[in-house]
Amino acid sequence: MYAFEVERPTSIADAVAALGREDAQALGGGQTLIPTLKQRLASPSVLVSLTGIAEMQGIRTDDAGLLCIGGGSRHGVVAKEVAANYPGLAGLAAHIGDPAVRNRGTIGGSLANNDPSACYPAAALASKATIVTNTREIAADDFFQGMFTTALEEGEIITEVKFPVPQASCYIKFEQPASRFALVGVFVAKFADGVRVAVTGASNNGVFRWTEAEAALASNFSPSALEGLSASADDMIADLHGSAAYRAHLVGVLTKRAVAAAK
Amino acid sequence: MAKVAMKVNGKSVSREVEGRTLLVQFLREDLRLTGTHVGCDTSQCGACLVHVNGEAVKSCTMFAAEADGAEVTTIEAMANDDGSLNTVQQAFQDYHGLQCGFCTPGMVMSATALLKDNPKPSEREIREYLQGNICRCTGYHNIIKAIMAASGQDVASVAAE
Repeated sequence: MYAFEVERPTSIADAVAALGREDAQALGGGQTLIPTLKQRLASPSVLVSLTGIAEMQGIRTDDAGLLCIGGGSRHGVVAKEVAANYPGLAGLAAHIGDPAVRNRGTIGGSLANNDPSACYPAAALASKATIVTNTREIAADDFFQGMFTTALEEGEIITEVKFPVPQASCYIKFEQPASRFALVGVFVAKFADGVRVAVTGASNNGVFRWTEAEAALASNFSPSALEGLSASADDMIADLHGSAAYRAHLVGVLTKRAVAAAK
Repeated sequence: MAKVAMKVNGKSVSREVEGRTLLVQFLREDLRLTGTHVGCDTSQCGACLVHVNGEAVKSCTMFAAEADGAEVTTIEAMANDDGSLNTVQQAFQDYHGLQCGFCTPGMVMSATALLKDNPKPSEREIREYLQGNICRCTGYHNIIKAIMAASGQDVASVAAE
């Protein structure tokens, strides 16, 4: 790693101020950023750790019934605390990486990084979540803008994520066995006014909604509604773990499984 | 350089460290607690697993500065007060849960964290929990047996394949 300083502010305001320094970079749980730094793929002059900020911790339900998860909440905490409220989201959080990774990695870090194979972007997009930052609220539909790209401005911090809780939901991923990232992951969320299907791991453009499946499931929320439907292999990721066609096939299979298992 | 202070194995320590100093470097190089190993240095293998505020973390993927004010527990604190092996360690010996021993500190710390949350884990739960700990010698079966034994459960039920 190149040399840098580490700052640990205890308030969002102090973190925002620290991020104003030249070449400053926010540090969530570090489970992606620290390996990146080790490979010298990033060279910040100062890392602003967000783990000491109490106002970014905690999970609550607001007056509108939205499940509000602090941006600094770790995967292991989310897995435990939302199990009763939102089992689909808890199930996703409980299978990110491994237990030690889940004790450090944060929801805000995962969403801000927008790795094309990360799990959380699928949950946020399928749930129609709102990403709250230190300056504004961003709808998930506007937030994800392609592989490793989001609507976040320089120095903007995800302070909270607000999830509408679906009537039924499920996330199923086909794991790349070495990294445990999703080779393909599908999050299905059934709401009173429709169904949303978000796919991660598959596309060169990052997480996306499979709108044809959403339309088919809206009138008939069962795996049979997806018979004959296939996701396009255009723009799918192709690497040594799977071709574009293979990933497109997995999208169909996993969506059916997620619908069958949704609760 | 910045000062970090934390409690390691019950003792208060403080040192001046660089921002980029990893917790595992701090433990091994500054405190000379070399029981915590660096295997892959890419957060895959779990040889560097320690407890920070009672939770399992990979000390190669956390900065020492982030542990400022924390309580850290390493493999050096696991033995009984009289120096004899504790229950988990003894079970690893009894069931040949190690061969070269390189992964063992991380395995013991991981197993201890599991048993704290889940005192009677099933074989499947143990295997799932150890996903972040790699062993290249044992093929894992004896490690699973050791953890079953350490939790007071029937070892014979562990799949023999």
